Amino acid sequence: MNAIILTAVFGVILMFIGVFAKSKTLPRWVAIGGLSLTLLTAVQEMVAGNSFFRFNHHEMLRFENFNLLFIVIALAVTLIFFLLSGSEIEKAGPHVGEYFALIFFVLCGVSLVATFNTLLMLFIGVEIMSIPLYILTGSDKRNLKSNEAALKYFLMGAFSTGIMLMGITFLYGGNSNASFFIDKINIGVGTMPVLMAFGVLFIMVSLSFKVSAAPFHFWTPDVYDGAPTVFTSFMSTVVKAAGFFAFIRLFEHSFGSVQDQWQRLVLFITIATLLVGNITAVFQQSVKRMLAYSSIAQAGFMMLAVFALNNKAKEGILLYAAAYSLATIGIFGVLTKMNDFTIDGFNGLARKQPLMAFCATVFLLSLTGVPLTAGFQSKFFMLMAAVENGHHIWLVIVAVLFAAVSAYYYFRVIQAMYFKAPHQEEETNELSSSFKLMLGIIAGLVILIGIYPELILGWLYH
Amino acid sequence: MGTYITFPDLLIWLPILAGVFCFVAGTEKNARTIALGFSLLVLGVAVTSLFFKEEGRYLNYNNVNYIWLKYIGANYFIGLDGLGRMLTLLTAIGFPLVFVATAKAEVKNSKSFYGLMMLTQAGLMGVFMALDALTFYFFWELALIPVYFLSSIWGGEKRIQATFKFFVYTFTGSLLMLIGIIYVYLHTGAHTYEDGTVTMHSFALSAFYNVQLSASEQNWLFILFFIAFAIKMPIFPFHTWQPDAYDQAPTSVTMVLSGIMVKMGLFGVIRWLLPVFPMAAVHFKNVVIILSIIGVVYASCVAMVQDNIKRLVAYSSIAHIGLMCAAIFAMNQVSIQGVMIQMFNHGINIIGMWIVVEVIERKTGIKKISELSGIANTMPTLTIFMVIVALANIALPLTNSFTGEFMMFSGLYHYNRWFAAIAGLGIILAAVYTLNMIQKVFYGSANAVTGELKDIEWTEKLSLLVVVVLIFAIGVYPQPLIDLTQSAVNNLLVRI
Repeated sequence: MNAIILTAVFGVILMFIGVFAKSKTLPRWVAIGGLSLTLLTAVQEMVAGNSFFRFNHHEMLRFENFNLLFIVIALAVTLIFFLLSGSEIEKAGPHVGEYFALIFFVLCGVSLVATFNTLLMLFIGVEIMSIPLYILTGSDKRNLKSNEAALKYFLMGAFSTGIMLMGITFLYGGNSNASFFIDKINIGVGTMPVLMAFGVLFIMVSLSFKVSAAPFHFWTPDVYDGAPTVFTSFMSTVVKAAGFFAFIRLFEHSFGSVQDQWQRLVLFITIATLLVGNITAVFQQSVKRMLAYSSIAQAGFMMLAVFALNNKAKEGILLYAAAYSLATIGIFGVLTKMNDFTIDGFNGLARKQPLMAFCATVFLLSLTGVPLTAGFQSKFFMLMAAVENGHHIWLVIVAVLFAAVSAYYYFRVIQAMYFKAPHQEEETNELSSSFKLMLGIIAGLVILIGIYPELILGWLYH
Repeated sequence: MGTYITFPDLLIWLPILAGVFCFVAGTEKNARTIALGFSLLVLGVAVTSLFFKEEGRYLNYNNVNYIWLKYIGANYFIGLDGLGRMLTLLTAIGFPLVFVATAKAEVKNSKSFYGLMMLTQAGLMGVFMALDALTFYFFWELALIPVYFLSSIWGGEKRIQATFKFFVYTFTGSLLMLIGIIYVYLHTGAHTYEDGTVTMHSFALSAFYNVQLSASEQNWLFILFFIAFAIKMPIFPFHTWQPDAYDQAPTSVTMVLSGIMVKMGLFGVIRWLLPVFPMAAVHFKNVVIILSIIGVVYASCVAMVQDNIKRLVAYSSIAHIGLMCAAIFAMNQVSIQGVMIQMFNHGINIIGMWIVVEVIERKTGIKKISELSGIANTMPTLTIFMVIVALANIALPLTNSFTGEFMMFSGLYHYNRWFAAIAGLGIILAAVYTLNMIQKVFYGSANAVTGELKDIEWTEKLSLLVVVVLIFAIGVYPQPLIDLTQSAVNNLLVRI
């Protein structure tokens, strides 16, 4: 509850600061301070189990360790994102305060999505999470690509929201309890009524859209490519992870007992996502676009959690959220410092910027899923979950083969940085020492979680 | 467990420490000194540990078991047993040998080079000592990453493609193995920690040994594991990465790759594959032996027509490893015992071969056999050493390989005489291509390039002398090696 209230409050505060304060750096520091405070209270809520804010929400929200831990991860990752790329957000356009405010509203939506107990709350959460993103995507308003991306995102997003609402309606009408509560929708074992089956289908489609799973991924490359790079890094991490979290929670509580009836559909989505993401990423020349497709590929791996839907999957999605977000925010942070987004632009980076190249390597290895990095642990938990589930084990083999494919495009960047000669004439951007420090800290965290994932998972059982 | 420092601890942490020191070493020369010093220290530890091997009595010195991931039952569990001890010894001998032999070679940016080399050693040590499947997997991959960077940064012209091919092959294989590990893990029994925590399953080697799997499960799990190990060894048809990688990697890395890293595959088969999936091993043994023997004959034939001296040695290595793999799957006492000592011998011999090849390549810049001749005129010492190493490579009596190959062949013959006969072709062909190469490269009249050469320096003499001494010592008296691995062989045969 702390996170929901405080993010909303700080969002409003930042909006006013944007209007009244002249200073360009003030919003950033208020945002960092506010987010730190929110994070602390969220941790307090998770550890102590009670919130500073108490009012009757009629059980429409549910605060369990699992949910609260996800909020803490999302807030912590965003804080790291602010610390790393805060100065880039300031450069994104003239309305600095509003960018931070919008990100806070997104976080409010994320917190709702993490704790919903009824379909209505889910819907509201998803909307609060999405609408600020449409604005952020178009924030570079003199850039045609940014405009196109925002419009595309908005139209497609609005469409998928409509489908979700339709699904919710069907579910409401289809369940015998006539309830919005996610546990009461659960009909137990048995064949789903037709209305409910359509409801499940529609919800699955709209959530797949939100997490950019194929074949509902078409907006992703254009939006990720067109949006200002800092915002891409935010929406491809925290927001996407939140989408998956909602996916898993809803399907576990509401449709867990009829898993056998929709699992094939998820199987199809998973394979399609892995296929489309990985194969298309191989052919990209721009690192930013490659990362956009690779985020689809990673979504394919996260779909394994929806497919498996057991305890390992729930642990895995938390790990995946943290691991994938840290690595992606790090690599996008590196990307914002590059003049040339093509893979050739990375040539010889190791000689010019050894620390940045090393950190980027750690992030890329993590995204590939090499042991000692957080990415390995998260993929490992996903695979464990899928094997434990016991159905369609061949899916796991398909998934690891695609993970091997992903090595191809991630390693192209590593190869460029370390094994190729730099272009002579190019000037490199000077890096501030705080940026280097943050990058080092993120790389350290990636390795630390890779060695000892109970740093995160331990909170589930404390 | 105990509170004192154990041998496995030292064998892992000394190389890691050395690697870190190398990266931050002030000068390039310091890095080399640190790497050499620490690798000798590791050798000292490995040798010392041989005197504390009595099981039961020195258990606490040879095992390390820390709780790692409590909720899933994975421990950082490493320890030395007969098999692991022999391969850690090989690793410990191999690295200082490589460092001494290539001491005269110019290495750009040698701080990172030696740092990565030492990290590779740590990874290899971990693989050979791991007694927990997840620990094993971690070290298995950790040995790969530094080698990838070593080969890609310091390698030859086509290094980027060649090493990436190597990386993708092994990475794919190990991911498949990971699925296998997970599947077996999910079928292990509960594990209780000392403080009373109970986990549903366990990654411990002993738990893996006790797991009950049906025949069909074993079969497909066997395939998943075997692909990983077959790629690493490599066995036909998974070998295509290897000649390119050996050719393009800097020769000191190739020494590590061919002398020590290929043993990871054989080790994996002996430690993990056969005991965990005995039924499947019996089911597939003819397939594996046939693949291995195809590899032996095929690689030997390719080696005969090779003009590139590095590729020749690479193919010769494929042939030898193929024979070892076939001997493992013959699954009798003699053949497996032969493999055990041959793993060690092959490591020593192939490193010796590479040392000679490296000297030739460094001094002449030529890899083609047809462009070299008459090196014996200008480099007599090198030639003597090369001839000895080459004779060991073709398993002449009194050299170390003789005992091993003899045992492997008698075991294979005992299993099926036709297999032994066809694999025997490998030995004959090995003699053909090795002697042919020696004749062309070392004898005859010197040409413009080889006429100008000076004989080898003392560092190279020293390292080759060590190789030759080991060749003869083990060739004359192989019993200590057999004793060392005896218990491991017996333990294995009890399970299969």
